[in-house]
Amino acid sequence: MTTRSEAQPTAAPRSLRVVKKALVLVLALGLLLTAAVVSLRFGSLSFSTAEIWQALFGGEETLAKIIVLDVRLPRMLVALMVGANLALSGALLQAVMRNPLADPGLTGVSTGAALAGVSIMLVFPQWGALVPFAAFIGGAIACGLVFLLAWKRGLDPIRIILAGVAVNAVFGGGTSLLSILYSDRIQGILMWLNGSIAGRSWHHVRLLAPYTAVALVAAMLCIKPANLLQLGDDAARNLGLNVNVARTVLSFIAAFLAGISVSTVGLIGFIGLIIPHVCRLLIGSDYKFMLPLSALLGSLLLITADAAARTVFRPVELPVGIIMAVVGGPFFLYLLRKGGTYRV
Amino acid sequence: MITAQNINLCYDKKTVVWDFDFEVRPGEIVSLIGPNGSGKSTVLKAISRLLKCTCGTVHLDGYDIYKLPTREVAKKLSILSQVHATPPDFTVRELVNYGRVPHQQWYETLNQEDREIVAWAIAQTRLEQFADRTVNSLSGGERQRAWIALALAQRPQVLLLDEPTTFLDICHQIELLDLVKRLNASLGLTVVMVLHDINHAAAYSHRLVVIKDGRKVAEGAPVDVLTPKLLSEVYNVQAEIAYHPKTGKLYFHALGLACAKKELPCNQATA
Repeated sequence: MTTRSEAQPTAAPRSLRVVKKALVLVLALGLLLTAAVVSLRFGSLSFSTAEIWQALFGGEETLAKIIVLDVRLPRMLVALMVGANLALSGALLQAVMRNPLADPGLTGVSTGAALAGVSIMLVFPQWGALVPFAAFIGGAIACGLVFLLAWKRGLDPIRIILAGVAVNAVFGGGTSLLSILYSDRIQGILMWLNGSIAGRSWHHVRLLAPYTAVALVAAMLCIKPANLLQLGDDAARNLGLNVNVARTVLSFIAAFLAGISVSTVGLIGFIGLIIPHVCRLLIGSDYKFMLPLSALLGSLLLITADAAARTVFRPVELPVGIIMAVVGGPFFLYLLRKGGTYRV
Repeated sequence: MITAQNINLCYDKKTVVWDFDFEVRPGEIVSLIGPNGSGKSTVLKAISRLLKCTCGTVHLDGYDIYKLPTREVAKKLSILSQVHATPPDFTVRELVNYGRVPHQQWYETLNQEDREIVAWAIAQTRLEQFADRTVNSLSGGERQRAWIALALAQRPQVLLLDEPTTFLDICHQIELLDLVKRLNASLGLTVVMVLHDINHAAAYSHRLVVIKDGRKVAEGAPVDVLTPKLLSEVYNVQAEIAYHPKTGKLYFHALGLACAKKELPCNQATA
């Protein structure tokens, strides 16, 4: 009766598995710090690590200090926060939908934010400063619409996905319409539509930081319900989870994480879809480890991609979204083929 | 233990169970039997609070089950559905750990007592050697036992099982039913299960409840309930009931369909 199972290799002892997972987290943190320093070094001008150190902590007003402190540091911090937010958003939504293809865009946040942002930029360019605010409101409206349409005595994952597709189509159509009507001004919004961290300053850091802090804490409090939702609705209910409340709260936090990010940097897809999968392959599907790793790797990916976006085709800057799609897609396929304990 | 009075259940305005009364006494094994689509699993879902009745009440230990906090219910009652989704990298122990969730506050993690209960649940289901193996690498019967271990880790007084033997071969079916019987005898665990196999239901339950088209048709000890007449009425099957010469257990043998109109689907023939 047990022959089939005995042929399988025994998994490593419990304690060893935990140590391994902790090691992966530490390694990811180390990589993130390295990437952060490297991203400060390279750009249209390159500096040595010593110069970066001098700029950050030294008193002298050097050129390095001006560029690093006023340009690269805020930009890196924005990438750090946005990357973590989008990855966490995707990870939470994949638990909510129990669908490996769930990503922040599914909630309508991105297209709603895009329509509102693009409207301001194209129709009322004189109010350009309002773009983040309008984009957040637009994302919130679209997301609210998706969940309103999906609600029918509770939130059913399939209905959320279908409502998301429908709402995205309508809002996406609106954005396309505006781009055609105002095709003379389209150049200015292309970077935003493809997601770009170029020119993000301390102003954006201050805008993003408090919300990010709140949302990060909220996301980490979702670990238990997210794990329970993975076991299926009936099993989660049996274990005393109010599945509808959990779905609603988790979706709200995920939409908030995506909303604050999209409204500051425009549409950056891909992170929210792919980072949670990479994390599952690396560390397993227990959200206790998977969620923190998602945040770390999301930041790592976006900081690296942004550094690449501004250096590879110097002096032309590319939208970071394009870099990620081109590099990340094949990497994801490689991981998928290679497999691991987790298979999609 | 559990009393359901006059319950009506529906999916999307289509009523599937009518005026159903049901009582489960502490320490007994009750099996719900009936044809496909008769509402057995629906009743099981209702008495476990997974599905809300349109009218009627379900009481657990005298309290309205829909008004009790769901986490309190989870400490007393556990239900195992037919289909399970286990994340692919979860080991048996990691899965069984979740059985302790109803006993923890949201910020708490496993303490020593929880670990001991998890080890006990794994030992009860005889899965010690598989404890650190992923659930998905186990065979169907072992996987089912892992989920029962999760239910045991909740330390419930009532265990509800929805067709626990489906998808299992005969050896694993009997192994599972023996486990249920052993848990009932040694722990006094009350068990309500939905079964398809009438011989299993007869051999392993103290009491049977027969459902057809959302209504209760018969109820009582297997020897009293299972008659050729009832099987013909409920299942449209012509059957012989006998007692096995060696074990003395009641068993039935299907001779064929009771109704001559064999070309009609089973449910329509008697409707």
